[in-house]
Amino acid sequence: MSEIFKGKAMTDNPAVIRTIKGRGVPVKGNDIDTDRIIPARYLRCVTFEGLGAEVFKDERYNDDGSEKKHPFNEPKYAGASILVVNRNFGCGSSREHAPQALMRFGIKAIIGESFAEIFAGNCISMGIPVFTADEPSVAAIQGLVEAHPDSVLTLDIDSETCSGPGDQVQLSINSSAKAALLGGTWNTLDELLMNEDQIETVYSRLPYISGFS
Amino acid sequence: MGKNLFTKVWDQHRVTALSETRDQLFIGLHLVHEVTSPQAFQALRERNLPVKYPNLTLATADHIVPTQDQLLRPFKDDLAEQMMVAIEENTRDFGIQFFGLDSDSQGIVHIIGPENGATQPGLTIACGDSHTSTHGAFGALAFGIGTSQVRDVLATQTLAFERLKVRKIQVSGERGSRVAAKDIILRIIAELGVMGGIGYAYEFAGPVIESLSMEERMTICNMSIEGGARAGYVNPDQTTFDYLEGRPFVPKDQAFEKAKEYWRSIASDPDAEFDDIYELDITGMGPMVTWGITPGQSVEMGKNLPRLEDLEEKDREITTKAYEHMGFREGQPLEGEKIDVAFIGSCTNGRLSDFRAAADVVKGRRVASHVKALAVPGSRKVKTQAEAEGLDTIFKDAGFEWREAGCSMCLAMNPDKLTGRQLSASSSNRNFIGRQGSAHGRTLLMSPAMVAAAAIEGAVTDVRNL
Ligand code: SF4
Repeated sequence: MSEIFKGKAMTDNPAVIRTIKGRGVPVKGNDIDTDRIIPARYLRCVTFEGLGAEVFKDERYNDDGSEKKHPFNEPKYAGASILVVNRNFGCGSSREHAPQALMRFGIKAIIGESFAEIFAGNCISMGIPVFTADEPSVAAIQGLVEAHPDSVLTLDIDSETCSGPGDQVQLSINSSAKAALLGGTWNTLDELLMNEDQIETVYSRLPYISGFS
Repeated sequence: MGKNLFTKVWDQHRVTALSETRDQLFIGLHLVHEVTSPQAFQALRERNLPVKYPNLTLATADHIVPTQDQLLRPFKDDLAEQMMVAIEENTRDFGIQFFGLDSDSQGIVHIIGPENGATQPGLTIACGDSHTSTHGAFGALAFGIGTSQVRDVLATQTLAFERLKVRKIQVSGERGSRVAAKDIILRIIAELGVMGGIGYAYEFAGPVIESLSMEERMTICNMSIEGGARAGYVNPDQTTFDYLEGRPFVPKDQAFEKAKEYWRSIASDPDAEFDDIYELDITGMGPMVTWGITPGQSVEMGKNLPRLEDLEEKDREITTKAYEHMGFREGQPLEGEKIDVAFIGSCTNGRLSDFRAAADVVKGRRVASHVKALAVPGSRKVKTQAEAEGLDTIFKDAGFEWREAGCSMCLAMNPDKLTGRQLSASSSNRNFIGRQGSAHGRTLLMSPAMVAAAAIEGAVTDVRNL
């Protein structure tokens, strides 16, 4: 790990994220794409505010506005902040509106069997840890949450674990994401802005920028 | 061992290492559109930051623009109007070139980059849109990014990014009649799965890929992301250079010669190393159509839909869900399924050659009376060229609506939408539930010629039998 990283992790950076504590909500099914998480019609917006109300809209409501059966509608999961999903969650569009809608609904971390890459990257850049675990472990957490919706789970980023009322479950998190969350550098802009000179060096060495002249 | 294109271009653009696994990567071309940029510009305003290199940034409006009465402002949809105003103001205030509604270059972001020659070999390209992989057709490294990253690129021209692994997909064999680039990529996705490319960039190579036109290569690279690969590319060659020569952003004369030399130098070496190699022989392969709710659920014409019992356990759940949504039966053929809507367009298949291929099928025939058929050019330039060849007349005479440029029915952000349970034959790239604007709508992805055949017959049809 680079020096910069070590240095940052030591300080009292409010952006450092080490643990997430909260109740869980399972949303089962594979290949849940971003169009399902936030239908495209809600992308017609110039701010992300208000997207929380539209999350999973077509899965949660019928055309006439009446509620469908969906974990996000169930009172027993109200206030839950840890989403537990299955395989290839967040596939499809690069829209950050999808994790934004989840975050604004109250989701602070996600555990799943696997995630689409752009979705996972978007989550990290918003400070939402994305953990993976094998199928039986995810099923165990989903089962636990269903049976005990009131129990609080603790997700620890450094040890990559989920602890709750049952056995501790081993999770895994991408190493860059881990470094960014623990180092408080998940909001990448400040880090990128620091290297202005090097950016300009690359700019001047690329032959196409001067039109090959 | 030699290097592959990905490695060469990445190293050339690497600003510094941010951690053991993440690099700061310089972006040579940032493409911007109205949907994923307003919040990013807002973030710059809040911090009083300028756009670092407006000269490397190019914007258009495509997702929300209506494809009828496009110039009538304000748009009927207030929210769309707000977004349009936002991109007009943002590009003006930050000094970014904008192909807006007053420009004859307006169009879908992944069409206007290449057709104006802004997309070139050896570039790193980013855009807040997952189909940015399209630009890889030129031998560029092109990635879809989220809005926070759009902000990062606007402010710094760089991204914090993890290097991808590279899988070479070697396509060989005899290409059958009416087998389109779309069929090849649908086949690749079906073989490797919608998650197969996670963590990878795909290098599309081999004799079949080399023989493709630039527009066909764009169709292939466009759908890399539907196979989970964040980027896809083809090594630049004479086909690439011939396409680029003379386009507005491309260097001329002496500079063009120098450019070609550089472009050749960034292609994968003959002995390049790859993390994985996958070989596909397309001999005997027919047109492909998706029948489900992920782009990996496709069937070759002449074959029947899968039976659950024949599938691996892990694929059964999504297959069951697909059958529920689509209302199809296991083991049935797709041919003969009555369609309601036919859509030719999108960044996958909204280019001149796509309209030529479809017009070739449509010419002298009539769209079935129960079908609503749309032909929507991907850009104003495509529209003008198609009209110069008289393609618009062929479509209109057959009963197609010939529209103005935009994303249209590829996604539900503008007035072109499915209603109810309509079944749509579509040349676009996503068949996710609700994608085309109705929560119950159903999408069959296929090539433009296959959409044309479906429109004429009013049902899914093997274009080879027409
Ligand atoms: S045509 Fe479709 S896939 Fe392409 S940019 Fe537009 S909405 Fe996205």
